[in-house]
Amino acid sequence: MTDEKLIPSDRELQEMQYQMMVTSAKPKPPLLRNVLGAFVIGGAICVFGQALLNFFKSSGLAKPEAGAATSAVLVFLAALLTGLGVYDSIAKYAGAGTIVPITGFANSIVAPAMEFRQEGMVFGVGQRIFTLAGPVLAFGFVTAWLIGLITYLFK
Amino acid sequence: MDYVKAFVVGGAMCVIGQLLIDLTSYKITPAHILVGFVTGGAVLSGLGLYQPLVDYAGAGATVPLPGFGHILAQGAIKGVQTKGLLGAFSGGVEASAVGIAAAIIFGYLAAVVFTPKGE
Repeated sequence: MTDEKLIPSDRELQEMQYQMMVTSAKPKPPLLRNVLGAFVIGGAICVFGQALLNFFKSSGLAKPEAGAATSAVLVFLAALLTGLGVYDSIAKYAGAGTIVPITGFANSIVAPAMEFRQEGMVFGVGQRIFTLAGPVLAFGFVTAWLIGLITYLFK
Repeated sequence: MDYVKAFVVGGAMCVIGQLLIDLTSYKITPAHILVGFVTGGAVLSGLGLYQPLVDYAGAGATVPLPGFGHILAQGAIKGVQTKGLLGAFSGGVEASAVGIAAAIIFGYLAAVVFTPKGE
């Protein structure tokens, strides 16, 4: 009875063969092209951010305010470009290059909300803007609170 | 020079994200990247490891999502130093308020104004 388990059943064999077929048929991601796209476009977004940062600093804003203003402008542009459908076209080449910068956060708010607009302003847009942003804010706030708590306890 | 540093460091962070998506066998979605990078940035910042990168790379470190985590963490630490325990609740939110509010406000407006392409 025990060695029955050692021999895979026909069904299990079929399953294994199928899995192997799937793995071999799946197109391999063109890694080099993806990495290059992410590097160049992600880097370019940061250079644009640096230009904004320098501009806000030279116009007299303090460092934290200049950073906040930079984020606001980047987020505005990303929301606009997502609405126009341009951001997604760039994302095809950029991969993580359009996810990792703060513009990707804005994109993650607009894209699901637009898609579910027919469900109304409250349950469609109002709720869906937090589909991805919700988890980000939850994890971000909890982590920051824990760090604050640790600082409070040990300093 | 600060543009070169911003480009290289910011680009490198995106490459890390891309490699996580392409090379790991887990199903890593953009949502995991968003959450992971913000949380990771906050933890690095809490350990004092992120500020040096910001000093070096400027927007190359503040524009990517770990920079957002960094702002949250530093806000919470400064909040505790000035207001005590209450600051642990308010500090992070206050420091990141402009970015979060801008994202929600512009995000909401964009989703109301524009129609998806396929419609």
